[in-house]
Amino acid sequence: MLANSAAACAVVLDAPPWRLSGMVYAALLNHRAELDALGAAAYEPPYKAPPRAPVLEVKPRHTHAADGAVVRVPRGVPALCIGASLGIVIGAVARRVEAARALSHVAGYLLLGDVSVPVPNHYRPGARFKTRDGFCPLGARVVPAASVAQPDALHGRVQVDGRTVHGFDTTGRVRGVAQLVADVSEFMTLQPGDVLALGVSHGAPLVAAGSDVVLAIDGVGALSLRVEAEAP
Amino acid sequence: MKRARVAWGGAVHDAAPHERGLQLADGRVLAESDVVWLPPFHVGTVIALGLNYADHAKELAKELTTTAKDEPLVFFKGPGALVGHRGVTRRPQGVAFMHYECELAVVIGRTARHVARADALQHVAGYTVCNDYAVRDHLENWYRPNLRVKNRDASTALGPWLVDAADVPDPQALALRTLVNGRLVQQGHTRDMVNGVAALIEYLSGFMTLQCGDVILTGTPDGVVNVDVGDEVVCEIDGIGRLVNTIVADD
Repeated sequence: MLANSAAACAVVLDAPPWRLSGMVYAALLNHRAELDALGAAAYEPPYKAPPRAPVLEVKPRHTHAADGAVVRVPRGVPALCIGASLGIVIGAVARRVEAARALSHVAGYLLLGDVSVPVPNHYRPGARFKTRDGFCPLGARVVPAASVAQPDALHGRVQVDGRTVHGFDTTGRVRGVAQLVADVSEFMTLQPGDVLALGVSHGAPLVAAGSDVVLAIDGVGALSLRVEAEAP
Repeated sequence: MKRARVAWGGAVHDAAPHERGLQLADGRVLAESDVVWLPPFHVGTVIALGLNYADHAKELAKELTTTAKDEPLVFFKGPGALVGHRGVTRRPQGVAFMHYECELAVVIGRTARHVARADALQHVAGYTVCNDYAVRDHLENWYRPNLRVKNRDASTALGPWLVDAADVPDPQALALRTLVNGRLVQQGHTRDMVNGVAALIEYLSGFMTLQCGDVILTGTPDGVVNVDVGDEVVCEIDGIGRLVNTIVADD
């Protein structure tokens, strides 16, 4: 039952490993601009100090969805925060890997959507805000690592109803791709086919029901989503 | 009925309890120490609860800004965190406070989405024992509890048996306890859960589809103390099982 969700099975892999494991781990607060925006609050209760270790969440199989999926806005929620994230696909077992060697454990890259109900709580937000059915759509293909020369300098965007409302790049991270793989592998083993997401960029837009969203990272892929209200 | 999954003789087997230990599905009888115990079912998503016993919440009250009255505190784990009965768990070098957490683990047997509390237990396949270790030195105040505390390799023991739900008429009527080197260090009762099993299934299925093999770790009562290299940690739940784990060095 660790087999892939239906969505993950639909992913076409151009590089080994030939299947995703179904496990997606995502970095949070990994964009310096997001921490900077918190300002002094990062030093005040309940946080008291900026994060030291990578801040991570698990995106379990129920959150996975495919390109073209419908994202549901829960009742009583005006809009969802929808961003894009670079998924690092692990190609070789990574445990206590040094940053200088970390990229040799990467098989390729995958575009991930990152959907959440916006809440101003980084202490212990409820799982119902971030880990809902379909809140982690996965791009349709993995691009081999050899085709992505600079994973820490990729450009991407979020389009809503055909208009670009958010542009970003993968620079300016607390931990870039290699350092993130290294620091996560310090305490847990990353397996071939696992996806480790670099994390969503600061300023991802709010999107209301009735919108069509396209997420893209140049050289990695694009993902279309339809945002609709949850059935009453 | 109780079922286990074990590795023996180069293969993985289903097994049942036997007076001399356990009996493989093919009839062979073995001692408990002869086999490698695996988590007793194919584990899907691992869903864990924090602060789900009123007494444990009180124990931690000084450092909390949330209370047990808030909605259930839910986090998730990956498959690398799991380890079976009689397994070993590493204590990271240089840490001051690593503790066990004896928990009732609820295994989903039927897809659940928007399930009402009254119907929730129909979706349970069975129960097992969990020891959900935490390394408290690494606890930070961002998206608690961070994976470095709770998702370390082989830090979440499950087993030994999956006990059929039909044999557990009331999951809120179970005494649980932890012994370290034979000394009783933690005692509790599932009636003291803030959110019981049925309430948790109702809550979770309100925003996520629970699938066959998903497991809900329902939180731990008070009485968590530090464990050291060499300690034998036994988590027991009456009628469910006795889960043994040994702490080893992280060399």
